[in-house]
Amino acid sequence: MFAFALPMASEEGGFIPPTVHDTHLPEIFPWAAEYGTGFGKQMLMIALSVVLISWFFTMAIKNPKLVPGKMQYLAESGYAFVRNGIGRDIIGEKNFRPWIPLLFATFFFVLLNNLFGAIPFLQLPSFSHAGSAYAMAIIIYGTWIAVGLKNHGIRYFKLAVTPPGVSPVMLILLVPLEIISNFIVRPLTHSLRLMATMLAGHIIVMLAASGARYLIVVQDQLALNGVGVLVIVGYVAMYFLELLIMVLQAFVFTLLTAIYIQGAIEADAH
Amino acid sequence: MNSTDFILAAEESVNPLLPNPWEILATGVGFAVLLFIVIKVIAPKFEQAYEDRVTAIEGGLEKAEAAQKEAEETLAQYKAQLLEARTEANRIREEARSEGAQILEDLKTKATDEATRISEQAQRQIQAERVAAQSSLRNDVGTLATELASKIVDEALKDDARAQHVVDQFLNDLETQQSAGASN
Repeated sequence: MFAFALPMASEEGGFIPPTVHDTHLPEIFPWAAEYGTGFGKQMLMIALSVVLISWFFTMAIKNPKLVPGKMQYLAESGYAFVRNGIGRDIIGEKNFRPWIPLLFATFFFVLLNNLFGAIPFLQLPSFSHAGSAYAMAIIIYGTWIAVGLKNHGIRYFKLAVTPPGVSPVMLILLVPLEIISNFIVRPLTHSLRLMATMLAGHIIVMLAASGARYLIVVQDQLALNGVGVLVIVGYVAMYFLELLIMVLQAFVFTLLTAIYIQGAIEADAH
Repeated sequence: MNSTDFILAAEESVNPLLPNPWEILATGVGFAVLLFIVIKVIAPKFEQAYEDRVTAIEGGLEKAEAAQKEAEETLAQYKAQLLEARTEANRIREEARSEGAQILEDLKTKATDEATRISEQAQRQIQAERVAAQSSLRNDVGTLATELASKIVDEALKDDARAQHVVDQFLNDLETQQSAGASN
């Protein structure tokens, strides 16, 4: 399975770089079904992430101690980071409490699925697949629109697209822009930012691996083999950069979620 | 999968923006399950643990404050008591000193009085004895004189010479008596 992830360089025809298509592994059930029709590794990892997150945080807080142990401390730090660092700071002291679970689930769901891309053998960030990123963005999109409607009624759509203190003439220009920006571009950028960074990271892994393999295994010249080793060294640096990006993207995704919800709650408070 | 499949796959152009509908479903369902668990189990437990800790810490602080206050009060009380005791001790010492002086004074007075009394008594006794001695002496002298007179008269009646002799003897006796008294 794992070996199949690495594209074979044609032995005679020179180096063929891996393509986006190679990020899609064959489906597991039914085996090797056509893309988009079966159950694959990526979906397995989504399920795995749900199990791991639920297990870890439930275990860590099973018997809470006043003076926490290592596991409880780690879990509490993570919880407090999302609760206070994202929820309270963005949504505000008054309204943030009902949104803690959503932000918490979003952050750790995205974070762990991103980190899967850095774990050998798993080595696949779930959100490099557009479907997952779209799903998350749709859930968040639906949520903040519902929040806006609940807080302000149908008037919310007017509030969301008319910046206050702008002359009517300017509004003719601004309203279409606001509609496009808030209701069309926002969910797209929200999902594509995550998906694109993860896909790029994943492709770098494939490129480095296949390139290094080609230079070291296929080429006979010692100099080129040496360059292959350099590729691996360079990849290690890229690996740590990727780790940073994985954490950062999970943070950004959750931060934007909080900002959208806050905007919907306080649409009239410009 | 063999190499022909790969070549075929590479030729297929896949748009990475087109989602696999199954992935949307899997992610949506997965996230819903996770969110449910977080809402039902994880978030309440963490909030509860946080609340408990806040309560415990605040309670502990309050307890410590109360204890400190109590300790301070006790210390102040002890200090006051110590000061009181010290004053009391000073007072007692002062009192004892003055009392001692008083007693000494009293004793001195008493001793002086007693001495005066004793010496007066002795004086009086001496006086009385002197009076007694005087009266007894007067008696003796009277008796002696009478005796002498009777003797003189008696002898005179008999003989002048003899009378002279008696007078001489009397005077001699008196002399001897006197010298004996002086030597005494």
